[in-house]
Amino acid sequence: MGVSRIDARFAALKAQGKAAFVAYVMGGDPDLETSFEVLKGLPAAGADIIELGFPFSDPMAEGPTIQRAAERSLKAGTKIKDIFELVRRFREIDQDTPIILMGYMNPVEQRGYETWASQMAEAGADGVIVVDCPPEEADGLTDALDGQDLALIRLATPTSDDKRLETLVRRTRGFIYYVSVAGVTGVKEADADAIAGPVQRVREKGGLPVAVGFGIRTPERAGAVAKVADAAVVGSALVEEIKNSLPEKAMIPAKVLEKAEKLAHAVHSAR
Amino acid sequence: MNEPFQRPNSYHQPDAKGRFGEFGGLYVPETLMPLVLELNEAWQSARKDEAFWAEYHSLLKFFVGRPSPLYFAERLTEHFGGAKIYFKREELNHTGAHKINNCIGQVLMAKRMGRTRIIAETGAGQHGVASATVCARFDLPCIVYMGALDVERQKPNVFRMKLLGTEVVPVTNGNGTLKDAMNEALRDWVTNVHDTYYMIGTAAGMHPYPEMVREFQTVIGKETRQQILELEGRLPDAVIACVGGGSNAIGMFHPFIDDETVKIVGVEAAGHGLDVYNGHAASLNGGRPGVLHGNRTYLLQDEDGQILEGHSISAGLDYPGIGPEHAYLFDLGRARYVTATDEEALEAFALTSKLEGIIPALESSHAIARVGDLAKEVGKGGIVVLNLSGRGDKDIFTVAKAMGETMGGL
Repeated sequence: MGVSRIDARFAALKAQGKAAFVAYVMGGDPDLETSFEVLKGLPAAGADIIELGFPFSDPMAEGPTIQRAAERSLKAGTKIKDIFELVRRFREIDQDTPIILMGYMNPVEQRGYETWASQMAEAGADGVIVVDCPPEEADGLTDALDGQDLALIRLATPTSDDKRLETLVRRTRGFIYYVSVAGVTGVKEADADAIAGPVQRVREKGGLPVAVGFGIRTPERAGAVAKVADAAVVGSALVEEIKNSLPEKAMIPAKVLEKAEKLAHAVHSAR
Repeated sequence: MNEPFQRPNSYHQPDAKGRFGEFGGLYVPETLMPLVLELNEAWQSARKDEAFWAEYHSLLKFFVGRPSPLYFAERLTEHFGGAKIYFKREELNHTGAHKINNCIGQVLMAKRMGRTRIIAETGAGQHGVASATVCARFDLPCIVYMGALDVERQKPNVFRMKLLGTEVVPVTNGNGTLKDAMNEALRDWVTNVHDTYYMIGTAAGMHPYPEMVREFQTVIGKETRQQILELEGRLPDAVIACVGGGSNAIGMFHPFIDDETVKIVGVEAAGHGLDVYNGHAASLNGGRPGVLHGNRTYLLQDEDGQILEGHSISAGLDYPGIGPEHAYLFDLGRARYVTATDEEALEAFALTSKLEGIIPALESSHAIARVGDLAKEVGKGGIVVLNLSGRGDKDIFTVAKAMGETMGGL
């Protein structure tokens, strides 16, 4: 399915006049089975798109919350093949919700671009965000992903000027991720008023839906972002629910999904 | 005796994309891309600017105390019984290591770019001290990220930095060593893009750092060339240096790369031994290519691409990667990379202290641990130059502990 699954989801939401709620969780946090329970419940909780983190030992753009999530996942023994397996199991029960993998370059490099792309396609993932792979270094990976009709989702940031945006949007498919704050994930808060202009600029340059993330922690903020963007991404706030319930692991899926429902409701009723 | 190698195209490396062959590059989050590209533009203009280099050389002369002597290590030469061994005395520089050469260059870059806040990472603390020093001299606020374990094992340097007005931030993530400090510095940079200059301490990371740091360190090799010609009337048969990230080594090696008669030898830290999983810091001899901290290079990593922490008794070599230019020279075969264990480095540390009256840094002690082999290989009548990259005062606590001495409760 790949890119067409992403396109279909955005088209359907547009027809309903709604923004998409994108939920991020780290695969294998705190372990694979709990992680699968969360994943399985996210569509019913209102997640339109799922970003599934694949853990890396040195996540240099993450704040403490997602750093700890990656550490928990690795400590539980998660391998990259287990992330693909999570996606495959999810696809057995859901064929419509796009899954975007998110992580860092080295695990991709170690598999090789072609293998990475074919394993993504086989598992049923639709796109990938590689945080430390700017357009300058992305040609090989983009070729491999294009060959499987998968999207390499690019990040635009507050530091991207018009010239940079043109470089960024080339060969991007699915949607563009606007990082609403200069910083790491989950620390600074996004200012919804300040992002309206940049989001519009990115949308015009790219001709694709724009998802906003990196600074959305509350339903209020998610709702405000959904007014101006095509999607609102929430990661750290969901991962915090996992961390808070660690003493009672069985409660994790319910806690995360409860939070996701509130965020989804805010996003879907924003306009 | 020279191993065959493909001549590195008279050395126009890296290319415009920051590549040394397949190594190097620009693997950074998008938020940093405009900054890194701006830095590259500023650097490409600075390197052609005579006034920039005049200021750099003036500071090296009057503030750092260059040129550093090239010293005939007579007793060590006698001890090994082979080629004449010379020490390039980088440990005599202001702040006690080669690191200051780079910091002088980079603080001038920060000034040129109008940046008002400096961040740096440090392992052994030598780069941290050098950064703190130039920031004091140029009245710039400085924040140094240092792994919590390194803060513990390099206490004298932590205090020196504080004395110089720098804020030292201990990093507890991961193993609390250099790699984790670098992650944290990058997180700071991504958050403070508008005013901050990142002063990377080694010839690694994203383009243009490997090239820029190399250019600020080649003063070592250039001086060596001139000094050995004056002293011996010819080039050395070999140069040798320790390699962590690899800035002292590339500074020594680079001016000799086109001289086919000069053997080039880097010494990696073998820690507990190359055969001990995650027990060494030898990226070339015990790792494979991957992407970390902005560049493609050899890395210590598991089969899934997760980075290993590695180990070395020397905080300055305790890094799971290596500068991309070394990766390139390694693949090309122009430089040879060997290893020395913790134990061998400690022996060399003690030996040099006793025979030469010079206490070398534990980092440099790794090179000394292999210089005997090299002197014998080159043979009597030959000349070997070793880059004595730093002094060992900072290491006395670590060494005392390893020797089972208590140092009077310190």
